[in-house]
Amino acid sequence: MVVVQVIVGGLLLGAIYALFSSGLTLIWGMMNFINFAHGEFVMLGMYVALFVVMWLGGGPLAFGVAAAFALAVLGVAIYLALIREVIRGPMLAQILSTFGLALLLRYTAFFVFSANFVSLPPTALSGTLNIAGVYVPVAQLVAGAAAIVLTMSLHMLLAHTDVGSRLLAVAEDRAAAMLMGIRPDRMQALAWGLSAAAAGIAGALMATAYPWSPSVGETFGLIAFVVVALGGFGSVLGSLYAGLIVGLIQAVSAFWLGAIYKDIVVYGLFVALLWLRPQGLMGKA
Amino acid sequence: MLLLLAAVLLFYPIMLPGAFYRDIGVTFLLAAISASAWNIVGGYAGQVSVGHSMFFGLGAYTPLVLYSLYGWPPLAGVPFGIALSITLALVIGTPTFRLTGHYFSMATIAVAELIRIFTGTWDLVGAAIGVQGPATARGWWDLTFRGELPYYYIFLAVLAFVLAVTAVIERRRFGFYLRAIKASERAARSLGVPVRRTKIQALALSAAFTSLAGSLYAIKTGFVDPDSGFGILISVQMVIVAALGGAGTLFGPLIGALILIPLQSATNSWFGGGGSGLTYILYGGIIVLIARFEPGGLFELWQRLTPHFRRRAHA
Repeated sequence: MVVVQVIVGGLLLGAIYALFSSGLTLIWGMMNFINFAHGEFVMLGMYVALFVVMWLGGGPLAFGVAAAFALAVLGVAIYLALIREVIRGPMLAQILSTFGLALLLRYTAFFVFSANFVSLPPTALSGTLNIAGVYVPVAQLVAGAAAIVLTMSLHMLLAHTDVGSRLLAVAEDRAAAMLMGIRPDRMQALAWGLSAAAAGIAGALMATAYPWSPSVGETFGLIAFVVVALGGFGSVLGSLYAGLIVGLIQAVSAFWLGAIYKDIVVYGLFVALLWLRPQGLMGKA
Repeated sequence: MLLLLAAVLLFYPIMLPGAFYRDIGVTFLLAAISASAWNIVGGYAGQVSVGHSMFFGLGAYTPLVLYSLYGWPPLAGVPFGIALSITLALVIGTPTFRLTGHYFSMATIAVAELIRIFTGTWDLVGAAIGVQGPATARGWWDLTFRGELPYYYIFLAVLAFVLAVTAVIERRRFGFYLRAIKASERAARSLGVPVRRTKIQALALSAAFTSLAGSLYAIKTGFVDPDSGFGILISVQMVIVAALGGAGTLFGPLIGALILIPLQSATNSWFGGGGSGLTYILYGGIIVLIARFEPGGLFELWQRLTPHFRRRAHA
């Protein structure tokens, strides 16, 4: 029964990995650009949730929406002020821009919130369910389910709506999209907004179930790389599967090998993937 | 200009004799050596590694581990650290250089993180606690000095050596290959540049120098743990220092270190223990600004501005 417990826990966390990684993969697919500050977006989403609960007395729905909105605004602002310019510059500038952003956000968070771990006060989602002998905290269950629904919605948005087609058109061929009357700049700003919102809401969902500190951004950033590499760069559906797989692998290796080794297993998998199959599991060669 | 810089570096400890200034001087030299080493593959060849801490850490760990296991003087372990780093560069170079741009940076981060976490679980090398060097010198060969002054001149000599090698490379065919690869890998290949071999050679050389910097750090500090050896911030500092001054220029890393290290010491001494966090906020802000407004670094800005001044002086 313990093994089932471990597997369920891993999949539920993996669903949240899938959600924030779908944001990273969207940006990659749109503009061949890796956002090294993506994990920091997740971390900020967690603090937005804390802020809404502590200062405004909001519930899970309120802080989920607030985190998505706050991060969407931040994402669009970062695109307009920074990314739009550096994308035309040399490779070093592209990599440095979001790396610098990551340092800036992470250490500002350390400065403002201190390095201590915090967790949300009990919310409407506190408590534990007993499903056929497997204990599942309600918060984890709701967060995991919501993450899967949201990741699927992002996939549907891209695959089945007009806006999605415009986004994909820009990803496919910027110049051709422009000739079709699409404004690439707006679409890319929208992609950055969606990407950061996915990270923010994933952070808010995670905050209901897990404690955190400003340093989690670094870990989540690396996990998002692993998920995106596994699911294929640019594939939202791929990141859904890959997120669940990574969550599962982490939980199982932590259970069998010990908590320290879970990161060794995951990063080892990542390096092996980049070396052997850089297009990812679901990606096209 | 160059003579002036050399003279200032040579006489700096005599001009500002306080222990505080010597400490800044030694830290500055170490940052300049590391960033100059990174510069060979990250700057000239344009392969933005954010995992160079793997070589720094190997260089830092090897002499101290050999000391703690066999009582070797740390100096004797330095060549072994360099040999290990070159081996690592050759092993990871082949698969990693199939990746370019962002992919390459991501892969280098992952390898360095993997080594950092693994080191933290390995008891033979001190696991999470780390390893120590000789507490007191058994002889001059232990290179364990009370004051900063001997370290300053040893580091200065190493920096001069690294820069001299880089200067030679700049003028030789190898240097042109590196810049050709940075400009366009495909074009370089079609003109007959052995792209993969050149990249691996550059990484091996860069790894050797980075390893040397790590050894110097460990011998001077007498201690290394997973974070101070393999931590991601070690890699990030090399990239920032080089990029601020000008990646792919001979003196860029030196200029970057000249600005960043005193700034870092100032924030640390002004804000005390909480200063290290502020340092990284500052670092982050500087990199974002450099990436956005001056991607060529300060050296390029300087080159762009100087003709204006000269013209004005003539008029």
